[in-house]
Amino acid sequence: MSQNPRTSPSASNAESSPNSPAASVHVKLVLLGEAAVGKSSLVLRIVNDEFEENKQPTIGAAFMKRKINVDNVCVKFDIWDTAGQERFHSLAPMYYRNAQAAMVVYDVTRQSSLEKAKAWVKELQRQANPNIVISLVGNKLDLLEESTDAPEEQSGSAEAATSNAEGEDQKMDGEDGEQEESSSKPQDTDSKTQKEKPVSREEAEAYAKEAGLLFGQTSAKTNIGVLEIFNELAKALPLQQMISERQASRNSQLNRGGVDVNSMIRPSELNRQGQDPDARNVDNCAC
Amino acid sequence: MDEKYDAIVLGTGLTECVLSGLLSVEGKKVLHMDRKDYYGGECASLNLTQLLQKFNKTLPKDIGRGRDFNIDLIPKFMMANEELVKVLVYTDVTRYLEFKQISCSMVYREGRLYKVPATEFEAIKTPLAGIFEKRRLKNFLEFIQSWRDDDPKTHQGIDLDKDTMATLYAKYNLSGGVQEYIGHAMCLYLDDSYKNKPIRESYNRILLYVSSLGKYGKSPYIYPLYGLGELPQGFARLSAIYGGTYMLDVPVDGIELNEDGKFKGVRSGDNVVEADIVIGDPSYFQERTEVVAKVVRAFCLLKHPIDGLEGESGQIIIPQQQVGREHDIYITCLSFEHNVVAKGTYLASVSTIVETSTPELEIHPALNLLGDIVEKFVTISDISVPKEDGTSDNVFVSKSYDATSHFVSVFDDIKDIYKRVTGNELVVKQRANQDQQE
Ligand SMILES: Nc1nc2c(ncn2[C@@H]2O[C@H](COP(=O)(O)OP(=O)(O)O)[C@@H](O)[C@H]2O)c(=O)[nH]1
Ligand SMILES: [Mg+2]
Repeated sequence: MSQNPRTSPSASNAESSPNSPAASVHVKLVLLGEAAVGKSSLVLRIVNDEFEENKQPTIGAAFMKRKINVDNVCVKFDIWDTAGQERFHSLAPMYYRNAQAAMVVYDVTRQSSLEKAKAWVKELQRQANPNIVISLVGNKLDLLEESTDAPEEQSGSAEAATSNAEGEDQKMDGEDGEQEESSSKPQDTDSKTQKEKPVSREEAEAYAKEAGLLFGQTSAKTNIGVLEIFNELAKALPLQQMISERQASRNSQLNRGGVDVNSMIRPSELNRQGQDPDARNVDNCAC
Repeated sequence: MDEKYDAIVLGTGLTECVLSGLLSVEGKKVLHMDRKDYYGGECASLNLTQLLQKFNKTLPKDIGRGRDFNIDLIPKFMMANEELVKVLVYTDVTRYLEFKQISCSMVYREGRLYKVPATEFEAIKTPLAGIFEKRRLKNFLEFIQSWRDDDPKTHQGIDLDKDTMATLYAKYNLSGGVQEYIGHAMCLYLDDSYKNKPIRESYNRILLYVSSLGKYGKSPYIYPLYGLGELPQGFARLSAIYGGTYMLDVPVDGIELNEDGKFKGVRSGDNVVEADIVIGDPSYFQERTEVVAKVVRAFCLLKHPIDGLEGESGQIIIPQQQVGREHDIYITCLSFEHNVVAKGTYLASVSTIVETSTPELEIHPALNLLGDIVEKFVTISDISVPKEDGTSDNVFVSKSYDATSHFVSVFDDIKDIYKRVTGNELVVKQRANQDQQE
């Protein structure tokens, strides 16, 4: 289960056909969900295979890349993290624009975060591309497993997780009500969080099915299920259609005056490798 | 929210978002608030629903899906080589944007539209100059392009910082018509006051025009898909990535000062959020700004491309003298290709500085060039400027967006505020030395 993302299941795929994939597609993937459910941690896990318990809200790295190889196609995910703009409903339309895949994340220990996730799904249906592939992701599964394996342990680790999330939770209050936005009451959130009942897999999965979403449970911390989510997303995308559409739009764009501002001003992407903290790459495709 | 910020920024217009982005990247702790529930402030791009709401109109027929529209409230284009583009690249905000070229730049003369010549080669061919004048125009452009500050041989007795444009025009014996297109179509001056000022500024503007044109050809302009409103959003995202906190749709009820008269905090409902400084657009500081002019803008939806335009997008300049005015009228034309209107619909935005008590009549010469107009939205807005520069009380107010067709003046204001706020010049750093030679 807790597989290193660098050895993806599609590695076998690559073995059977040693040549590089026949085609590649860029896919804009956006993360959504309540603050502190672990969106940034999931991105960090899939892109860098790391987890940092007390990581500051990711500074300067809200646009990362990950390639996944499915059906002989290299799917290049451009992963957009919220950069905290979900906290006060200040995500810009730009965020949703042309997103082809979305992960809507909730925290399996908090029922209220599933309700928020449902609201984000609605928002996506309103704002995003109608063909977007959405995966509902229940994160922090490790906390639930601990609670069933060793009930005594539970409050301890839940507390740790909560206090980690405190900074974010504080701000999250703003999402619930305007008045609270400027008054921080961290204890309030703490108690709220601890009292909440966990989300049952059955309930979340039933909702996902009904709403036509992919579904999975993960732990960014212990690396459970993360790569699977990305693989499923990649498989669910209409890849062949995207490849031909991209070809068509490329051709028409050249004819119609699309310009690459970067290439005209800055050196080639190659020169930039390594000096760009924001574009880390896990390269597991031969493309 | 009890924490203290380095800077609070009010309003998510382009000026404010660029400053937020730059300050955040430098490690400053920024809180950015907007009382509206969308990004962009005065320079947002609105979809049809938002636009109809703003103008209290009902949906016109045959106009396509409302969500396909992104109408810029401040119509402008970006010059391919202007500093704002460099900042976009330097900060990697280009990552969030896609640009397209604008197909042409036209100037109106005696009832017709002409392509603006900008190279010696085009100068030879332009019908805008008479046969004998073409050569003089070519010589003029060669003089500008070969000028080197440190090489007196290229100066031909001219001092860019002392001599006036009028002097230079006289030296090359250029007629009023050719002066008109150099000053208005290439330098993009709105009136003729530049003629009695030193050449330097005009020289810089011609170089900007020519180098921008040289980047992609066709016209010096580029445009971000989905509208200019993408620019503030991109810089806001940059700021957020570097730790900036964003709050839309929040009350902003005024500012509080310390006993020493310096900025203390921003009042929002019952709370006061504190910071060292505040930056905001004029709509948040009406008592601290004054109105220096008014601009009339008309957003016109058409079902046909504009006659005489080369391609589906472009800029048309109507020089003031052609229509007996003091200020030029601009028309920016865009289409479905730029994701600003639905397929089959075209957008022409007209703007000029108000000179009379009947501004709508002033834009008639421009509207007459457009053919049948399906729907028209007209705004008249103040151009406000701050009364104080903010250095004494740490309250820094930006200027309103003016009637010019590009972002040079917006960027001047950004640089100026940046300097007043940080004490340092804003250096547009390149990632490598590649661009300098151009
Ligand atoms: N136990 C546990 N904690 C997690 C997991 N994922 C994230 N966290 C913690 O939850 C908090 C919020 O995570 P973050 O990624 O910043 O959430 P975001 O606001 O949704 O981006 C941090 O303290 C993380 O360390 C997980 O899978 N298990
Ligand atoms: Mg995050």
